Amino acid sequence: MTTETLSAPLVVEFPFTRSLGPVQSAFLTGLRERTVLGVRATDGTVLVPPVEYDPATAEELRELVQVAETGTVTTWAWNPHPTGKHPLDRPFAWVLVRLDGADSSLLHVLDVPSAEAVSTGTRVRIRWAAERTGAITDIACFEPYDGAPGDAPRDHSGDFADAVTLVTLPARLDYTYSPGRAQTAHLRALGERRIVGERCPECRKVYVPPRGACPTCGVPTGERVEVGPKGTVTTYCVVNIKAKGLDIEVPYVYAHIALDGAGLALHGRLAGIPYDQVRMGMRVEPVWKEGQRWPDHYRPTGEPDADYDTYKELV
Amino acid sequence: MSKEPVAVVGIGQTRHVAARKDVSIAGLVREAALRALEDAQLTWADIDAVVIGKAPDFFEGVMMPELYLADALGAVGKPMLRVHTAGSVGGSTALVAANLIAARVHGTVLTLAFEKQSESNAMWGLSLPVPFQQPLLAGAGGFFAPHVRAYIRRTGAPDTIGSLVAYKDRRNALKNPYAHLHEHDLTLEKVQASPMLWDPVRYSETCPSSDGACAMVLTGRAGADRAPHPPAWVHGGAMRSEPTLFAGKDAVSPRAGRDCAADVYRQAGITDPRREIDVVEMYVPFSWYEPMWLENLGFAEEGGGWKLTESGVTELDGDLPVNPSGGVLSTNPIGASGMLRFAEAALQVRGQAGEHQVAGARRALGHAYGGGSQFFAMWLVGAEPPAT
Repeated sequence: MTTETLSAPLVVEFPFTRSLGPVQSAFLTGLRERTVLGVRATDGTVLVPPVEYDPATAEELRELVQVAETGTVTTWAWNPHPTGKHPLDRPFAWVLVRLDGADSSLLHVLDVPSAEAVSTGTRVRIRWAAERTGAITDIACFEPYDGAPGDAPRDHSGDFADAVTLVTLPARLDYTYSPGRAQTAHLRALGERRIVGERCPECRKVYVPPRGACPTCGVPTGERVEVGPKGTVTTYCVVNIKAKGLDIEVPYVYAHIALDGAGLALHGRLAGIPYDQVRMGMRVEPVWKEGQRWPDHYRPTGEPDADYDTYKELV
Repeated sequence: MSKEPVAVVGIGQTRHVAARKDVSIAGLVREAALRALEDAQLTWADIDAVVIGKAPDFFEGVMMPELYLADALGAVGKPMLRVHTAGSVGGSTALVAANLIAARVHGTVLTLAFEKQSESNAMWGLSLPVPFQQPLLAGAGGFFAPHVRAYIRRTGAPDTIGSLVAYKDRRNALKNPYAHLHEHDLTLEKVQASPMLWDPVRYSETCPSSDGACAMVLTGRAGADRAPHPPAWVHGGAMRSEPTLFAGKDAVSPRAGRDCAADVYRQAGITDPRREIDVVEMYVPFSWYEPMWLENLGFAEEGGGWKLTESGVTELDGDLPVNPSGGVLSTNPIGASGMLRFAEAALQVRGQAGEHQVAGARRALGHAYGGGSQFFAMWLVGAEPPAT
């Protein structure tokens, strides 16, 4: 028997939305219109990118200022190995750029062939993306520039037609998930259609699925115990809402099932009986399906219902 | 050396709605914070530290949002802490802030909690596709409904109790201008006829999904002396945790909840909560949790919670009003929901609850729970300073 623990990729992703509020809305809409906006802080300095509240005094900031497309690199780092998520597909410099007319620096990338072509003080200007949507990527990148500085800063209302007020930000996290030693053994036994838990050496309760330790006694659990396959429905609900991404037809019965010999109930789907005839105390057994690791669902055994007193401690 | 008495001198909240598209997260928390400062007649400069809470990061996809909220909350140059305890976080956050005052670490602390559910997905955040596990669960309602059924079986409660709670809380919300749901046309019959989502839990017996924030200014005795309005005094506060699932867990009346309440009553010198506490604001996301928590918190003996509800004791004009604000059933920005309970308790003993004021409220309990009934946070506030 192999002792190697299981592992599998776990991808967590979701397209989150974000309301921008007045300042970020003006900033991102401005980029779409090839207009870079900063905000005037309480002390008169111009912050680009703009912020809603003063970093020193916490006062609300709303005076927008248009700054130039040209600027100066204040610091940088060379990236020799771009990945697919980076703005450029060739080696580039990460740069902080203080745009002419601004007093703070904007993080972006500089398109130069080698690290020798960038230094603190390098003059640069914006290279606009051909298609702009109201995102920081509307600035495709910065490029070296040896011309005159751009226009002097001037006040801006921040008003644009068809302003961007909400952005969608896809988030994705890539994990490798391992259920660990105890659950791996449980899952391998399921492959043989046996339900195996672990007994706590102190309280003698059997945990199914096992966790490798008893959460009450705080000690490792090693003794493997086969439970079930029959069990008792301790409680349940009838689910009438179809959850996104969950491939189960509604209504279905979501039940807590105390398998015979187990110290607590596990959760499973109940079928093979009309949902309005399900009862607490009903005796059930697993129904296996070819190619599926866990019991597909549980069904009534036909035995008489268990007396409430026999399972009430497990509810 | 005794602890510094803790006073609530400022309370602020947003008008809770389904979606606040007009503000960023920073703008949302700012609104609640400014209202709390205004109530206390203080400025950012008077605040020594900021303690913030929200629901788990997955809900909104912003990792550690507190790191970008420092300027919006005037926290630059000050300590800023984030508290994480799932749905109870608003309560735990207030207690962490209160403890900083009690321990004399800080003189005046701004504490706040928020959620923008319109820009998050709680059901998704709670149902991640974990490998090797059978995907079964359809959100929080599916998780809690079996426990409601177990409560009904254990106590023999009539199946209409949940609808009574929902109808009461939604009517209370009509008196609270900050509440999300204002269902003027709701009737008990409509609640009882609403679709069964997770049998035995109906649509009208579940909480909405809200955008909102809540903030409080906490201070010590000296700060309370300078406060423009009567403070609420903290007489007791406690948190308890336990696993979501373990052999012997009582999901209907979790031990962590009972122990947490007992600790708070001991601190506050309460021996008969039913008689000595004037109003309760508890975390009831599904209506049946009112009778369940009434028992768990010691207001009724086991099996007696539903009788208090049924006999009208928990109505706004009852002997022990529960959730005068309209509760979680009427307003649920998850991360803020616990703090809204704590804030409502404080508003009641300050006499500032407006139309949903319980006459003569001198002592109020604020309660929050979170996760799979695994985190509990409570405080008891009073109109008078604590005896010590």
